[in-house]
Amino acid sequence: MMDIFELLKGKPEDSDYMKKGVIVQGITGTYGSIHARSMIADGTNVVAGVSPGKGGQKFEDKVPVYNTMQEAVDATGAKISVIFVPAKFFLAAAKDALEAGIKLLVAIPEHVPIRDTMITLELAKQKGAIVIGPNTPGIMIPEVIKIGIMPVTPFKAGKIAVLSKSGTLLYEISDALTTAGFGQSITIGIGGDPVNGTRFIDAFDMIKDISDLEGLVVVGEIGGDSEEILAQRIIDSGFNKPTVAYIAGRAAPKEKRMGHAGAIIMGTYGSAESKISMFNKANIPVAKRPVEVPVLLAGKMEKSD
Amino acid sequence: MRLLEFQAKELFREYGINLLDSKSSTNIEEGRKHAKELGYPFVIKIQVPVGGRGKAGGIQTCQNDDEFELKYPQVMDLIIKGEKARAILLEKMADIKKELYLSIFLNRSKRCYTIIASSDGGVEIESVKNQIIKEIGLGDVSDEIASEVAKEMGLEGKIADGFIDTLKKLSKLTIEKEAELVEINPLAIMQDDTIIALDGKLVTDDNSNFRHDELQKYQEISEIEQLAEKSGFTLVELDGNIAVVGNGAGLVMSTLDMLSDSGGKPACFLDVGGGATTESVYEALTLVTKISKVKGILVNLYGGIVKTTVVAEAFLKAYENNLMMDLPVFSRMKGTESEKAIEMLQKTKAKIYNSVEEAINAAVMGVKK
Repeated sequence: MMDIFELLKGKPEDSDYMKKGVIVQGITGTYGSIHARSMIADGTNVVAGVSPGKGGQKFEDKVPVYNTMQEAVDATGAKISVIFVPAKFFLAAAKDALEAGIKLLVAIPEHVPIRDTMITLELAKQKGAIVIGPNTPGIMIPEVIKIGIMPVTPFKAGKIAVLSKSGTLLYEISDALTTAGFGQSITIGIGGDPVNGTRFIDAFDMIKDISDLEGLVVVGEIGGDSEEILAQRIIDSGFNKPTVAYIAGRAAPKEKRMGHAGAIIMGTYGSAESKISMFNKANIPVAKRPVEVPVLLAGKMEKSD
Repeated sequence: MRLLEFQAKELFREYGINLLDSKSSTNIEEGRKHAKELGYPFVIKIQVPVGGRGKAGGIQTCQNDDEFELKYPQVMDLIIKGEKARAILLEKMADIKKELYLSIFLNRSKRCYTIIASSDGGVEIESVKNQIIKEIGLGDVSDEIASEVAKEMGLEGKIADGFIDTLKKLSKLTIEKEAELVEINPLAIMQDDTIIALDGKLVTDDNSNFRHDELQKYQEISEIEQLAEKSGFTLVELDGNIAVVGNGAGLVMSTLDMLSDSGGKPACFLDVGGGATTESVYEALTLVTKISKVKGILVNLYGGIVKTTVVAEAFLKAYENNLMMDLPVFSRMKGTESEKAIEMLQKTKAKIYNSVEEAINAAVMGVKK
């Protein structure tokens, strides 16, 4: 598995250092075109698009469109792709990307069947590729690269890593962090599905050794036990950077899916109480409201000084 | 979707899993007919989409007509964890030697299917002892794995054969129907050593519904939820009187939490999706005005790529068309162009706040009036 920062930024000796190429799958679609345009406007180096049957066109008169990922990768050498196709076509698009040698696959679509995600992850494992999502807002190093659907206004370059299941809460909480003077070194949307290509623990492993990391914010929600497992990993690894969590869904009823496919409490599995108590065990304060996150983080930093 | 016991059993039957004779009904006339066909004794079982029905009195034995006439309406009228009876299942009484536990579920953290089996079944999974746990990737159970599980449970001979057969059929069902969970508890060993599924729980992956037309008949969805689905929204009806509308599941959940913390009672959870547009917000407002218990609307929007002025347009249009009538709207908008959006709405009856906390407090006070 490749280092996430090396994938996103490259090495200083690379000719495309800090300008790594990104291929947009589904670039001619309604959703794909809006976000391809927005990514380009925000400084991401979109080098190609893929839309079966639309090969040969130019997107916005600049970005070449190919029929397959293999052609796009052959022409550009890009290692990153972002998928914007409808859920039922996701598996085919993901296979196309992974077979073509993509090493970082950002899977935006919501409503991908779990089985299709699991098959994608099997293939990604064989190919040594990282999958972010599905049902993710994407991944970003603020002011360097944005791969996904996030607005850039809430974010600012800095030294806090933010990991989140939810998109809008990621924006909301990053906005509060930025306002309080906490910029972000990286933000990873792990996605709101039951099965995530990059789980909280995987995302944690990607960022825990950043040398100038000053803090970690985890934005979780009801469903599954990935927050609990992360809390245990933080305890076991002896990670000592100031960490704060937020958990959405305390007031959610049991056995109802709250918008995200993964946001469902089954019996006691997936309850907010369970997650909050595990974070408490790891000595990680859990904010009751999004705006409390920077306050708690500042408190943690004071203590660690 | 979560299937009821009798629906799960319809699928079990299709896959050749052994069952007792049973019949489901929705009224006592139908029930009487089934009682005659089955013959006493039998068990009356309430069909609700939640667990814990046994403890709540939702499973009763029945020996004769008098008992049937007494118990059928009793069970039918039960409300278990807020859920009314969807149907009543009458099932022949079983002569059981031993109760086992068997389930296949999607282990979200390990990202694989997992078998849980035990020779001490019949109690809730949390209390099931001697659990045998096996990870099975995408859900396929080979003869070797099935035999291993049976052996570890201490099953032998005809019983082991019956168990292995059931487990393999359950695995096939899990894969073909794209289940997140299939549970048989109890799985019974009968006096003649045959294996029978006495109960059945089945949860399938909603995101795979588009390739399972055959399961559509089991979909339980209210009229208002159906309307929401058509618009691409997620709507969950709740018990309170303040409709909560926002963009993004996490943001709406978070708003729900804060509203509850402040003593407010949410009437619904409505997520218009990560992006908000004039059309989607207008439709969302239309939708919540159709829920009769709603006394106020709390809107929490975080404008991302979409400008909040575009959202403000939806409010203007809604007021122009007198959509909300006298329903008060408490809104917080943040993101691009929010200052301009707030200005646009100053002339309307909508109350706009700078923070979600202020909007929530105003909503809680507002609906009390």
